[in-house]
Amino acid sequence: MELLFFYLVALIAVISGFLVVKCQSPVNSAISLVMTFFCLAVFYVMLHAPFMAAIQILVYAGAIMVLILFVIMLLNLGAEANKRYAHSVAGGALAGVVVLLMVFYFLRQGEATGMKGPISTELIAQIGHTELIGRTMLTDFLLPFEIASILLLVAIVGAIVLAKKEV
Amino acid sequence: MSPTVYHYLTLSAILFSMGTIGVLTRRNAIVIFMCIELMLNAVNLSFIALSRHLGNLDGQIFVFFVMAVAAAEAAVGLALMITFFRNRESIEVDDINLLKW
Repeated sequence: MELLFFYLVALIAVISGFLVVKCQSPVNSAISLVMTFFCLAVFYVMLHAPFMAAIQILVYAGAIMVLILFVIMLLNLGAEANKRYAHSVAGGALAGVVVLLMVFYFLRQGEATGMKGPISTELIAQIGHTELIGRTMLTDFLLPFEIASILLLVAIVGAIVLAKKEV
Repeated sequence: MSPTVYHYLTLSAILFSMGTIGVLTRRNAIVIFMCIELMLNAVNLSFIALSRHLGNLDGQIFVFFVMAVAAAEAAVGLALMITFFRNRESIEVDDINLLKW
């Protein structure tokens, strides 16, 4: 049953991902991308990571896609002129297929093993996913966390400096 | 029967290669940017699937940082596109040739 649900959502994710690449109008691509993000959030819930699903919807579908749609509409972009180069499409498709085949080859050959950690479904249900993430983030990963905040500050300043008419 | 980690990794590979095709074939800079977001999300899915498979939270922390970097990248990238559009009235990547020789 869960597998059937997985295949259904995976089908939607692949179709909407394909539409991101295929659609002529950037607005349609952006809406398809939001659909893909929602499908991925469903997968995160199925993988017992509800905090990541919430963050996926808040940050990607909420913040980043709104920013992208805002810029698309601000610049008043129509559909791109239909003058794609045949050799670029062929080369891109070839590279994509090669990537896909390589990954499939390694997936068939290898086995996903490694050192097993302590996190189990029972532990997540008992303590809560958000609390587990928070504890790990503020103990083991404190320095990267601070660096991420500096990165975001620099990005804010950089975005304002770049987009201003005259500095 | 529930999906195994290989199901998730396969789906992630499919999404990633579609993002690759998009980056290589599209010419609108914002669509290329969205395809990069698609690739980042495919990698996030495999991170979380493997994190679940191995019972370890480190992969999910990494996804968190990927999201932070994607947000920073979105802000700076879109600011660059606005600046470029102001100068050239276009964001087709073929028109971005100032540094070409």
